Amino acid sequence: MNQMLPKAAVLAMTLLAALSFAASASAAPAVVKIDGSSTVFPITEAVAEEFQKAKRGAVNVTVGISGTGGGFKKFCRGETDVANASRPILKKEMDDCAKAGIRYYEMPIAYDALTVMVNPQNAFIKSMSVAELKKIWEPGAQGKINSWKDVNPAWPDQKIKLYGAGSDSGTFDYFTEAIVGKAKSSRGDYTASEDDNVLVQGISGDKGALGYFGFAYYIENQKKLKAVAIDGGKGPVAPTPENVDNGSYQPLSRPIFIYVSEKSLEKPEVKEFVEFYMKSAAPLVKEVKYIPLPAKAYTGNLEHLAKKKLGTVFGGQNEVGLTIEQLMKREAQL
Amino acid sequence: MPADSLTVADGSPDAHLQAVRHLIARHKTLDWLFGLLGVAALMFAMLVFAMLFGQMLVNGFPHLSWDFFTSFPSRRAASAGILSAWVGTILVMLVTAVVAVPLGVGAGIYLEEYAPKNLLTDIIEINVTNLAGVPSIIYGLLALALFVYQFGLGQSIAAAGLTLALLILPVVIVATREAIRTIPQQIREGAYACGATKWQVVAHHIVPYSLPGIMTGVIIGLARAIGETAPIITIGALTFIAFLPPSPFGNPGHLISFDWLTAPFTVMPIQMFNWISRPEAAFQANAAAAGLVLVVMTLSMNAIAIWIRYHFRKRIKW
Repeated sequence: MNQMLPKAAVLAMTLLAALSFAASASAAPAVVKIDGSSTVFPITEAVAEEFQKAKRGAVNVTVGISGTGGGFKKFCRGETDVANASRPILKKEMDDCAKAGIRYYEMPIAYDALTVMVNPQNAFIKSMSVAELKKIWEPGAQGKINSWKDVNPAWPDQKIKLYGAGSDSGTFDYFTEAIVGKAKSSRGDYTASEDDNVLVQGISGDKGALGYFGFAYYIENQKKLKAVAIDGGKGPVAPTPENVDNGSYQPLSRPIFIYVSEKSLEKPEVKEFVEFYMKSAAPLVKEVKYIPLPAKAYTGNLEHLAKKKLGTVFGGQNEVGLTIEQLMKREAQL
Repeated sequence: MPADSLTVADGSPDAHLQAVRHLIARHKTLDWLFGLLGVAALMFAMLVFAMLFGQMLVNGFPHLSWDFFTSFPSRRAASAGILSAWVGTILVMLVTAVVAVPLGVGAGIYLEEYAPKNLLTDIIEINVTNLAGVPSIIYGLLALALFVYQFGLGQSIAAAGLTLALLILPVVIVATREAIRTIPQQIREGAYACGATKWQVVAHHIVPYSLPGIMTGVIIGLARAIGETAPIITIGALTFIAFLPPSPFGNPGHLISFDWLTAPFTVMPIQMFNWISRPEAAFQANAAAAGLVLVVMTLSMNAIAIWIRYHFRKRIKW
């Protein structure tokens, strides 16, 4: 044992040295790197899974979750090939990308319906107007709107318990902008979580609860929750794929995107992945409980690629109440 | 207690005896009550663990199958597995051990055997002790700036391994020092008396004798590192990985390849975290199964540590 010891030390030293060498010299296999929104994650994950199956392991795809903003940060530093985004790229992110010389294609891939929910035992709520939701969620409501009666005198005097998205998520940004009228402007005394399952538990266990999150979580938990029809001015509309399709579920329908770096597209594996994405998106989007775009949207994305139509059609601003049709028209103008 | 001081209270010796008996009975009751309190506290801790573990067992055990270990993650809960996660965890642990053990043991030996007693050494000692209490996310932030960007390691196995190595370094240093301190001074003196140099004393006596203690410390450190999520998320471990890092063997031109060090990776806690936050209930069961595997991994590492200590201690006879 005594004789072995110096040898062990030498071995450890050698390994350590090898380690530092290996770190600098790498010959990695073809990898497509994707990061960004947790909302878009299930779709990109499904595409990545199928793509790797189709390529029989010749190309590796990694998908991370660091939020839309975090995803753009990495994307604009050139660390990733594709950014998952649950909202359009914002002005500041456009500037960052421009500074680093990263140019990109904007590709809408699906729609999501932000769903407002109450406890299934709640009998008096079937629909709510945007004005009523605003009355509940605006910053001034904090401490003032405490029971359902405070919102609408026709409703009972029952304590209202609120559940919503955490303030770092794109969902929070969109909901506040669509309902309150200003992004990130919300009352603070509600149960906030980035983990939607926490919100599902909360709403299903609390008779006076009201909350919001993405459509996919509602569909998977339909028995525990009751979706509220939203009256955006033209009568109550329920959150269903059909109503998102025909543009009537407003203002809580939102498009979600991927952004692809022009430079990365020079790599054959990235180009192949994006083409695969657009060709196989529709059924996969449906499978993971989002609302697919019409087929021409996906072919349109590929056309942009072929004709080198770079950039965004949103001018660095988030926009609420855009229907699929309007989005299509706008993307066509690029 | 002098006897007459008690007799004063009542006067009769009988009453005095009564008082003493009463006192003893009261103390015994208190004793018993305290014992009960202790058992209750213990039971509470054990029950909470047993409940958590039991729930995980019930939810997760039916999911454990050969396929679960050999499949990649998937959007379908039934076919999703932990292959990339457990391979990632083991590779990260390997890097962690290779880095933390020589550094930690070396630092421990230096501080115990070589370091002069001065202000600098005191400062180093206080720092090492304090480092053990720093929240793990701080290590993650440090590693993000240092390993991921400064050294350009990116989101790789090497970066994660180095991060966790930093995290367990204080544990290894403290364990090494504790182990060295249990070696009687006579051993050193005996060796010096025979003409051994300092290096010989350390290499032939100090390190071999303290090895069981050091190994226990290393394994307990690794068992802590294996469940760490925060620093790994901070340095950007990925959520969906459906491939394995390049194999270290069988590459043309090299006997052993180190490409896997720079490969992207995922680890068990992150895979669990992702599954927990899924909308489909079936993924919750997957998460429980992955949790079960992780707990078993940790417990078996602790068991190995206990066995090593027992086994090696038996062999050392002074």
